[in-house]
Amino acid sequence: MKLEEIRKVLDAEWFGGMVSRPDRGTREVRSCHASDLLSDVLTSSGVGSILLTGLTNVQVVRVAELSDIVAVCFVRDKKPQPEVARLAEDMEIPLLVTHLSMFESCGRLYAKGMPVANRVEKDAKCQRQK
Amino acid sequence: MSEAEVTKVQEMVYELLVREVMTKKVISVTPSSPMGDLREILRVNRISGTPVVEDGRLVGIISVEDFIRWLADGRPECRVADRMTRNVGTICDDEPLVQAVNKIERQGFGRLPVLRRDTGTVVGVITKGDIISGMLQHLEVDYRNAEMRGARSSHLFEDIIADRSSLRLEYRVAGADFTRAGASAGSLKTTLRRLGLDPQTTRRIAIATYEAEMNLIVFTPGGRITAEVGPEMIRLEVEDNGPGIPDIERAMQPGFSTAPDWVRELGFGAGMGLPNIKKCVDRMSLDSKVGKGTRIEMEILMEHQGESQRRGAEARA
Repeated sequence: MKLEEIRKVLDAEWFGGMVSRPDRGTREVRSCHASDLLSDVLTSSGVGSILLTGLTNVQVVRVAELSDIVAVCFVRDKKPQPEVARLAEDMEIPLLVTHLSMFESCGRLYAKGMPVANRVEKDAKCQRQK
Repeated sequence: MSEAEVTKVQEMVYELLVREVMTKKVISVTPSSPMGDLREILRVNRISGTPVVEDGRLVGIISVEDFIRWLADGRPECRVADRMTRNVGTICDDEPLVQAVNKIERQGFGRLPVLRRDTGTVVGVITKGDIISGMLQHLEVDYRNAEMRGARSSHLFEDIIADRSSLRLEYRVAGADFTRAGASAGSLKTTLRRLGLDPQTTRRIAIATYEAEMNLIVFTPGGRITAEVGPEMIRLEVEDNGPGIPDIERAMQPGFSTAPDWVRELGFGAGMGLPNIKKCVDRMSLDSKVGKGTRIEMEILMEHQGESQRRGAEARA
């Protein structure tokens, strides 16, 4: 799913990260991670996924960058501090803010057929083994 | 290499001091050590020579060549003092790197013991390898903010492999500095990608480093992360002088955590750090003394080796 499509589904606004890049909406998102526990995000593979979270501290962007997560969406209209957006700019990770709750955000994306983050990886592994 | 880069390297040779690139952990022998013990010392420490020190003072140097000559002479019963080179080239730790380069080049020394100017005690050893990796490391620091595309320097990784040398990167981490947390892991990740390491291995290293970095920030007054990039594997070492871990076995259990509330509020402290490090790397060892500090050593094998090892481990499990 393209990031712009996700933005529309979640009724979200851009909040920095690649601001000068009009093509950020065309970024391909393979799967979704929803967590308020960065420890958990770090233990699962998030390659190519979007992270939905209620956390707004700067480590969200760090963890996203290290895990090769391609976008972050903050739920419940929580807007992070400017330094978070600055780091996201450096790391080239687009940020979104939605007024929806975590539950509704997940529900909408799931209904649109968004795959589960770890399952994408597992399916790929199964495919390889076959 | 462009002209600007050459100038940069020349500049570095004058700017860097010997003590910034020397090996600080000095393996030395005493003049009274038996020659027969030398082989084991050189082999275990993977060095080709070592200073001979008596009461902190340098009295000579003994190398693998001296050892071979001794073997050729039929291994007579004798001490290191009888076979060592007494006329030793040395250098002071506060001299610029260019002095070391000159001495090594012109006088053909394999290694130079480094002395402290005021006391004359041996504080390190410097070799060609130290100079190369020290300069590479400083280049990395200089170019951290510069724009550089991965493809342009991916051959550097091949160079390291061809030379069978290793590149050492070091990061200092300050305790309790939550906003800067992850900066070392991020910078290491960028460097490894630039070197052309595959994304999957890079990610495993980055995440293990990040978890360890977080531990330094949450639990210790700070520490040091070193990454040694070699042809077959990447070794990570994370060291601190923090409070230590009283029960390592419990600390390794997923879900066990002693993290304070402020850390949990930020989305960490779920007791997954150490188990996750273990999951990310191919080999891990943890050494900790309460009141002294903690040291974690990790090894990540390069993709082709890692795969077979992991498959082996899975088969055993």
